[in-house]
Amino acid sequence: MSMTVDIRHRFGTFTLDAGFEADTGVTALFGPSGAGKTSMINAVAGLLRPDRGRITVDSAVWQDDTTFLPPHKRRVGYVFQDGRLFPHLSVARNLRFAGLHAEEGAILDMLGIAHLMDRRIAALSGGEAQRVAIGRALLSDPKVLLLDEPLSALDAARKAEILPYIERLRDELRIPILLVSHAVEEVARLAQTVIVLDQGRITASGAPAALLAEPGSPMGPAEAGTLLPGTVGPTEQGLTRIDTGAGPILLPEVTAAPGHALRLRIPARDVMLATQKPEGLSALNILAGHIGTITAAGAGVVDVQVICNGVPILARITAQSAGRLGLCPGQPIYAVVKSVTLGLDQVFA
Amino acid sequence: MEWSLTPDEWTAVRLSLRVAVWATLLSLPLGIAVAWVLARCDFWGKSLLNGVVHLPLILPPVVTGFMLLVLFGRNGPVGGFLEDTFGIVLAFRWTGAVLAAAIMGFPLMVRAIRLSIEAVDPKLEDAARTLGAAPLAVFFRVTLPMALPGIIAGAILAFAKAMGEFGATITFVSNIPGETRTIAAAIYSLTQVPGGDAGAFRLTIVAVIVAMAALLASEYFARRAQKRVSGR
Repeated sequence: MSMTVDIRHRFGTFTLDAGFEADTGVTALFGPSGAGKTSMINAVAGLLRPDRGRITVDSAVWQDDTTFLPPHKRRVGYVFQDGRLFPHLSVARNLRFAGLHAEEGAILDMLGIAHLMDRRIAALSGGEAQRVAIGRALLSDPKVLLLDEPLSALDAARKAEILPYIERLRDELRIPILLVSHAVEEVARLAQTVIVLDQGRITASGAPAALLAEPGSPMGPAEAGTLLPGTVGPTEQGLTRIDTGAGPILLPEVTAAPGHALRLRIPARDVMLATQKPEGLSALNILAGHIGTITAAGAGVVDVQVICNGVPILARITAQSAGRLGLCPGQPIYAVVKSVTLGLDQVFA
Repeated sequence: MEWSLTPDEWTAVRLSLRVAVWATLLSLPLGIAVAWVLARCDFWGKSLLNGVVHLPLILPPVVTGFMLLVLFGRNGPVGGFLEDTFGIVLAFRWTGAVLAAAIMGFPLMVRAIRLSIEAVDPKLEDAARTLGAAPLAVFFRVTLPMALPGIIAGAILAFAKAMGEFGATITFVSNIPGETRTIAAAIYSLTQVPGGDAGAFRLTIVAVIVAMAALLASEYFARRAQKRVSGR
């Protein structure tokens, strides 16, 4: 299953002009508000009719110069930012709005909403309503799933409640999922591919780890950092070891079971550098490596790539410090990790 | 004073109810359609349509009645066509009273329904479209049910207006006992004859009760419409 999207549309002085391909799995449309992310997926849904465009899903053409398939014939599953459940219908009738689905039971179980069927919409919590909205979209048997900032209306606790369900969708559905987001943590945790949109144009695209690790990251200079895949190891004295390519990282408060795969995000601004192995430091995680590249990343700061066991870790330091320490490529160095992000939970180490 | 209605007065009450019920039921589908068009569509001439719909509210009723007589009288362009083609005669018949009452109540009906359709969030209609609902299905499964209490409220207002219609009716279909003499026309006739005051008073009480009940019911449904659209 794959889709291609290529759209050109003018709104007053703003022009959306972007094209991309998406395969099975999560493709994130990332960018600041007003970048055109939601317009992009509205065009995919057929709710926005772009001036020009070509949208294909598998072999079906949804839009080209002569065709414009109306929304009800496209079979998109659209999860809106504000849920948009029908207030005059029960949860069950919302879920079955598109008709009965052979795998209803499995989908309800996957989302943990089977017990909500008789509820009224007004009686749902924010997290429940968003799971029902996801269920309603899935039960329409979509060819493409569109998620428009599905977490942004929720508080941190509700986000943490929904995220695992979206991860399951990613791993179990065999359709392209387009995720609109402006939260790096969401994208880092969920997406295989990120498309960075700014003012209607694509400024970068690729795997989130690669984009974040680029000095002065195209996802926003402040967001530069390292995305490290890891495996949960044993827990001792409240600290869990996460085994990564760059070496073991110790983290408190990890609830995932040993053997569970996860992604760690280490913001570049939270990595300090030391030319000698530091002693008497409160930081738990000190990785040894050598310097890869040193790149200017804005006024007075540089992004230093530290290669640990062949895995690059990005550190953001001031140009002045870099000069004072006399940093140069190939030099042995220690990366002191001040904080690690695990999914959405900031964990200090 | 005798409080019970005379047979003639009962006839007028029954006729008024019959005229008002038919006027409401027959104008409702068109009222919903026009309200939907005014609420959801943008087109050239929309203000003109809005004006035409509201005209009976502003014109002297006798003008509306006279226009009906010119158009729908047996020699009028529409009236002549209806009689020749379908054998339907409206002038000086109770069916004509239905037409007059429907037209006079139409602006009130359309106003209430339009407001309740405008209160339905178009984003919900978009959501329905992405779930595979064609435009008609969106209307019947989302827009209409969500606007339903407002539609009922509009219908009740139109019914109450039809019950009390006088000027257009008497101009178009006159004041024929048993055929076109509604409550309002009967009260008018009773005030024109000596000793008719008691009858006029009895029918006035009936008119007040019906109008009051209709307004209360309309209020109740309008409140429910609000609740329904907000999902509580």
